[in-house]
Amino acid sequence: MNGIHDMGGMHGFGPVQAEKDEPVFHEPWEGRTHALNRALGAWKKWNIDTGRFGIEQIPPAEYLRMSYYEKWFTRNVELLVKTGLVSRAELESGRPEPGSALRTPPLRAGGVAAIALDRGIASSVEPAVTPLFAIGERVRAKNIQPVGHTRLPRYARGKTGEIHLDHGVYAFPDTSAHGLGENRQHVYSVRFAARELWGHEAPARDSVHIDLWDEYLERA
Amino acid sequence: MALRVKALESLLVEKGLVDPAALDALVDTYENRVGPRNGARVVARAWTDPAYKERLLRDAPGAIAELGFLSMQGEHMVVLENTPRVHNMVVCTLCSCYPWPVLGLPPVWYKSAPYRSRAVIDPRGVLREFGVEIAPEVEVRVWDSTAELRYIVLPERPAGTEAATEDALADLVTRDSMIGVALVRLA
Repeated sequence: MNGIHDMGGMHGFGPVQAEKDEPVFHEPWEGRTHALNRALGAWKKWNIDTGRFGIEQIPPAEYLRMSYYEKWFTRNVELLVKTGLVSRAELESGRPEPGSALRTPPLRAGGVAAIALDRGIASSVEPAVTPLFAIGERVRAKNIQPVGHTRLPRYARGKTGEIHLDHGVYAFPDTSAHGLGENRQHVYSVRFAARELWGHEAPARDSVHIDLWDEYLERA
Repeated sequence: MALRVKALESLLVEKGLVDPAALDALVDTYENRVGPRNGARVVARAWTDPAYKERLLRDAPGAIAELGFLSMQGEHMVVLENTPRVHNMVVCTLCSCYPWPVLGLPPVWYKSAPYRSRAVIDPRGVLREFGVEIAPEVEVRVWDSTAELRYIVLPERPAGTEAATEDALADLVTRDSMIGVALVRLA
């Protein structure tokens, strides 16, 4: 979707403000929200693409106002309701509905070390999935405007670049986010000259490399 | 927010959806066990062991796992080498993709609108705000992390460190230098 999250190339947000000696979490609730996200992910009711789309659906003004973990919290509440793990009535009352079953958490403390260091995003060499493009080939990012989730940033659409690396085979976010199947395909690092993206005032040698799936590309 | 998060956690625990001890372990992991010191060890090893550096550039997950402190299964990593001719810098314009296993969780600025919007269109301006001036003849390569690949920058080893031990070198390597918004300097 052409949402506020797709910020590459926008002006007006001001200088980058780096905090010296920044803590990992600024307040305990941030750490709990981060942890809740991982623990709920273990139910496998949604995948990373569904989760990202959940954040993208926060209305633009709210998206810009909210802190990072506030967005995670908001997204997780929506996904809990949508997947039926929690009901709206339970969220409002703060208590399980009478008669609701007591579940068993899939992630216990003993399992944390294993998942914490492994985000579990499967990619692999799959000879059965043929790459549509070869390293060095000229390609154009399609000029498409998906209304659902996509990882093709607006600033690259319609622009021409070159296949720089073939990263192997990954689930396709545009279908994976919406329960329409993984549709696994090759992902490439595509090199775009800064001048192709931003015009002749950009430095001649500079470039932006973007990871793009087969279905985002066409021969140039 | 603190009250809302507490209320949600209580409800989820009461329903048996999450284990509070697992939440404690997760918080502890990201606060104390995973962070940029891991990445700094990788960089220092690459600076001192040419064969290791060669493996790291060819197969980053394998070479990082060699150092023994990480399980890298499932997530693919690419190491980008800075040289006198090329300066690499990493961003995720669409969200906040970041190499957690070697750098920990990203700082707020990395996830912020100013960085995400400008890193691709004005990388040299962003670098200047971090105090880094890149010469016009050097190519700036920005990597927009839009997929499940995670990038870390292998910064240039500073001059004058020829006699330094691997441990001493690791102490010089900053998080920002592995994102590509800082150079490694002698302390």
